[in-house]
Amino acid sequence: MSTHTTANEVIPLSCPPMSLTDSIPNNVDLGSDKKLLRALEKWQPNFLEWWKEMGPDGFQEDLIYLRTAIDVDPAGWATYDYVKMPDYRWGIFLTPREGERQVHFGDEQGQKAWEEVPGELRGILRRIIVTQADTEPASVEQQRQLGKTAPSLYDLRSLFQVNVEEGRHLWAMVHLLHQYFGRDGREEAEGLLERRSGDADKPRILQTFNEKTDDWLSFFCFTMFTDRDGKFQLAALSESGFDPLARATQFMLTEESFHLFTGETGVERVVQRACELMKQDPNGDARAQGGIDLPTIQKWINFWFSSAVELFGGEISSNAADYFATGLKGRYREAAKYQDHQALGDVYEMTVFEGGKLDRREVPLRNALNEVLRDEYVADCERAVRKWNHVIKKQGVDVELKLPNRRFNRSMGIYAGAHFDLEGRPITAEQFEAHRSEWLPTREDRDYVRSLMVPVYEPGKIANWIAAPKKGVNGQPFELEYVKFAPR
Amino acid sequence: MATSFQTHPDRYRHWKLTFDGERADLVLDVQPFGGLRDDYELKLNSYDLGVDIELADAVQRLRFEHPEVKVVVVKSGQQRVFCAGANIPMLGSSSHAFKVNFCKFTNETRLSIEDASKHSGQKYVAALNGTCAGGGYELAMACDHLILIDDGSSAVSLPEVPLLGVLPGTGGLTRLVDKRKVRRDRADVFCTTSEGIRGKRAVTWGLVDAIAPRSKFDEAVAEAAAALAKGGRDKGPGIALEPIEPEVTEGGDLVYRYVRVELAEQARTAVLRIRAPEEPQPTSADEIQAAGSSQWSLRAFRELDDALLQLRVNHLDVGLVVLRAEGDLDAVLAVDAALHANRDHWLANEILAHQARVLRRLDLTAKSFFALADRGTAFGGVLLELALAADRLYMLADDDEEVAVALSASNLGAMPMSHGLTRLEARFAGDASAVEALAKTKGERLTTAEADELGLVTVAPDEIDWDDDVRIALEERASLSPDALTGMEASLRFPGPEAPDAKIFARLSAWQNWIFQRPNAVGPEGALTKYGAPDRPTFQWTRC
Repeated sequence: MSTHTTANEVIPLSCPPMSLTDSIPNNVDLGSDKKLLRALEKWQPNFLEWWKEMGPDGFQEDLIYLRTAIDVDPAGWATYDYVKMPDYRWGIFLTPREGERQVHFGDEQGQKAWEEVPGELRGILRRIIVTQADTEPASVEQQRQLGKTAPSLYDLRSLFQVNVEEGRHLWAMVHLLHQYFGRDGREEAEGLLERRSGDADKPRILQTFNEKTDDWLSFFCFTMFTDRDGKFQLAALSESGFDPLARATQFMLTEESFHLFTGETGVERVVQRACELMKQDPNGDARAQGGIDLPTIQKWINFWFSSAVELFGGEISSNAADYFATGLKGRYREAAKYQDHQALGDVYEMTVFEGGKLDRREVPLRNALNEVLRDEYVADCERAVRKWNHVIKKQGVDVELKLPNRRFNRSMGIYAGAHFDLEGRPITAEQFEAHRSEWLPTREDRDYVRSLMVPVYEPGKIANWIAAPKKGVNGQPFELEYVKFAPR
Repeated sequence: MATSFQTHPDRYRHWKLTFDGERADLVLDVQPFGGLRDDYELKLNSYDLGVDIELADAVQRLRFEHPEVKVVVVKSGQQRVFCAGANIPMLGSSSHAFKVNFCKFTNETRLSIEDASKHSGQKYVAALNGTCAGGGYELAMACDHLILIDDGSSAVSLPEVPLLGVLPGTGGLTRLVDKRKVRRDRADVFCTTSEGIRGKRAVTWGLVDAIAPRSKFDEAVAEAAAALAKGGRDKGPGIALEPIEPEVTEGGDLVYRYVRVELAEQARTAVLRIRAPEEPQPTSADEIQAAGSSQWSLRAFRELDDALLQLRVNHLDVGLVVLRAEGDLDAVLAVDAALHANRDHWLANEILAHQARVLRRLDLTAKSFFALADRGTAFGGVLLELALAADRLYMLADDDEEVAVALSASNLGAMPMSHGLTRLEARFAGDASAVEALAKTKGERLTTAEADELGLVTVAPDEIDWDDDVRIALEERASLSPDALTGMEASLRFPGPEAPDAKIFARLSAWQNWIFQRPNAVGPEGALTKYGAPDRPTFQWTRC
C-alpha cells in the first residue's frame, strides 16, 4: 500500500513574484505609485480568478487574434497578436491631457478641474463610477456561454475581443477606485468581482445587465443597444470636471466603438441573411430556410431597445441635475455642442403620462438631462435602423424595421406601470398582453433562435442564419484562423 | 471684534466679589451702558454675554483662588431688583447663531455653579431682594438655597412664554420640575403667569426655599449661608489663576502655551492641537499645590476651554474641528496618575473636575470634531477623552506600530458626560463587556490594530491611504448642512439615559432654538420682536 503522507497536503499556489508594472501596460506611472501597486497586487489575482470562473467558458487555453492597447497613441492602442485570454495584458490608460483643464459646465464652471476627488463629491462620484464599472464585468458574465455557439471564427474572435475589452474597462474604473477612493474604493473594487449577472442574491446593479444573453442575436442586440448606452454614458462622463474620470472614459470610448460596430453590423448581417433566405424560399419564409426572419429580429429589437433605454435613468431626475450642477457629468458632447453650459433657467418639454393620458409638461432642463441624453441615444439608434432598412431595401424586400417608442415596455421612470404600444400610444394592460407575443420574443421564438445556434469553427465558414462580414479584422481576410484552438 | 472670555475680578464691570472668612458675596450690579455692544441698555440688572463671562470667571476663581470659601451668596447691588434675566433688546437684535451660543454659555455657567456645590463643597445662596425674573430666576435656581424677600410685591417669575413667546433658555423649565421638584401642574401655572409668584405661595410650591421680610432679609441670608457652610472641609491655600490669553497670529491662529488653533476659514475647518507636557510635572500633593496654575493639567485645559469658546463664538463658520494630541503619551499618563493618586488633595480634585467640565464643553459644542491620531500622537488618558468626545477617530495603521493610545483612570469615571456616563460607556452603550475589556488595558499602549479591535477607532487607514482618506473625509464633512450636522451630532453623542444636565441642553437645542427661528417669536409680528412695542404680537395658530 502506498503511503498517504503527502496526499492531503495543500501546496500553496505561489505565483512567482510578478512584476505588475511589466504585465500591466499603462500610462499612469504605475511603477512608482505605491498606493496603486498595493491595491492592484491584491485585486489582480482576484480579477484573474473571476475571469477564469466567469469569463468565456471553455476557451481560456486557445490563441485568439486580439487587439491589445499597449499605449495611448494611435500606433499603440491597437496592436494585434495571438494571445491566450488569461494572458491578455489588461492595461490602464488615460487619454493624455491637453494643458490645464477647467470644469466647463455646471455650477463650478471655470474652476480648475479636479485632479483629486473633492471630499464633498466623494459619495456621488463613487456611485457614478461604481455603476459604470459594474456593467463591464456583468456583460462578460452574460456572454460567457456564447463562444460555444459562435457562427464563425470571425464572430468568436469578436466576442472575445468585446469580452477582454469589457475586462479592460473594468480595470480602468477600478484604477479610479483604487487611486482616488482609498479603502472604500478598494472595497467597491472587490464588490465588482463579487456581484454576478442574474444572481438572485448578488445581482448586478442595473437590470439590463442581469438579462440572459444566450443567443447570438441577443449578443448583437446587446452590443448594438445596451453597449450604445455605454457610449453615451462614457461620453457624458468624458466631459467630467473630475479629470481622471474624463480621461479614463475618453480612452474607453475608442474601444467602445468596436463593440458598437460588432452589434450594428451583426444585426445588419442577420437582417441581410434573412432577406437572402426569404428570397430563396418559395413562400418568402426565412425560417423555413433555417434563418431568423425579420419579424423575429423586430421582436429582439423591441426587447433590447426598451431594456436599454431604461439605463438612462428617470426622465425627471434630481440625480441628473446634481451630476450636472457639480460638474461631474455633462451632456453628450457638452463642450463641442452647447453654448450655454449652465443649463439653468431653460426648460425641456417632455411627454408625460398623467391621469391616464399623455400630456406635455415643461421640466427644468437640469432635471431633464437623462432625457436629453436619451434623445441623443434614440437618434443614434434610429440611424442604425435606417442603415438596416437600406440593406433590406437593396435586397428588394418590402419590410421596414422600426424602433419601438421609448415608452414601450418600460419598468422604470415616468412611464413605468402604464402600458403603451409600439408607437407609444397608451393601451390597457389587457391590450398589451394580447399583443405581447407579437411584440416581444416568446419562449418559442427564443427556443427557435437557440436551435439555430450551432458552432461553426472552420476558418472561412459561417452559419446559415447570418451573412459573412464585408471584411475581416485588421485588414485580414474573413478566412483567417482568428481562433487557434488548443488540442481538445 | 472678537469676544474674549478672559477676565479678572480687577476688571469686572458688573460683578463684585467680597470675602468674609468662609463666606463670599457675589454681587450683581450691572452697568446699564457697559454691555458688549452699545445698541442696548442693560436695565434692571439684566445681562448680556459680557456679564455672564464675568460670572463664569468668578465661579471658577472662587474654586481655585478661594478654596477656603464654603458658601457664596449671590445677591444684587441694586435696590428692589435681583435680576431681570437676559436682556431682551440684546436678544432681539442678535443673530440666531449668537443667541444659541449665548444660551449655551450661560447654561454652562449655571451648571458650573452646581458643579462647584457638588464637587468643591462651595454652596450657593441666592438672596432675592427684589424682582427675579426669567434668567434671573434661572440663575437663582442654580443655587442651593433661595431666599426671596417678602415685601408684598417681589416675585420670582418665568415670564418668557406669556411675554416673549419663547422659552426660559437657561434650564429654568428643567430645574423647576427636575431639581426643585415643583409639581408639574403648578409649574405649568407658574410658567404662564407673567407676574410670577411671591410670598408664602412661592415657598409652598417649592419655587424658593424661604422668604424673609425686608427688615430680616440680610439676617436670614446670613443664617442660611452659615448653615450651608457648616461642616464643609477646610481647604487651601488657594492658587492664583495665571492669565492664559493666546497670542493671535496674523492669520488669526490662536497660540497658547499648550494649545494651538489653526484656522482654515475657507475650508470651514480648524485644527486644534493640544501638546503633552515636556517639562517635569508635579507628582506629589505638595508639588501639585506648589505648581499652581502653571501645571499642565490645569493650564492646558484652561487653554482648551478658551479655545473652544473662541471657536464657538468668534468662528461661527468653522464647522469642523480636527483634534490632534501631540507629544509624549506616557507624560500624559503620568500626569493623570499623579492627579488620581492625590485626589484627596483639594487642588488635584479641582483640576480633575475642571478637566471634566472642559470635556463636557467639547461634547456640547455645535461643531464636528474629528480626532486624528498619526505619528507622535498623544491621545492617552485625559487626552484620549478628546478623541472619545470626537465624532470620529482616524488612527494611522503605521507599519512600525509606533502610533498608540492608552487609557488611564480619567477614562474610567472621572470625566463624566452631562448625562452621567463616561464616554466609553456612552460609546459602548449596549456592551458593558467592551468597556470592561478596555478598562483592563489601563496604562498599556494600544497600537492601532489593538485600539481598532477594542472599538476605539472609526477608521484606521494605513500609511498609503492616510492622506487621501483623511482629506476626503474632512472635505466631505465640511460640505454637509451645518444645521443637520448639529442636530445629528447632538443626537448621536449622548447614547444612554437622560440626566437633568443633559436634558437642559437637549431641550435648549431642540425647542428653544426652534422657537427662536419661528415667526411667532422673531417674525415681524412675533412676540420677541413686539416686546416693548405699542402693539401686540400676532400669532400663527398652527400647532406643530
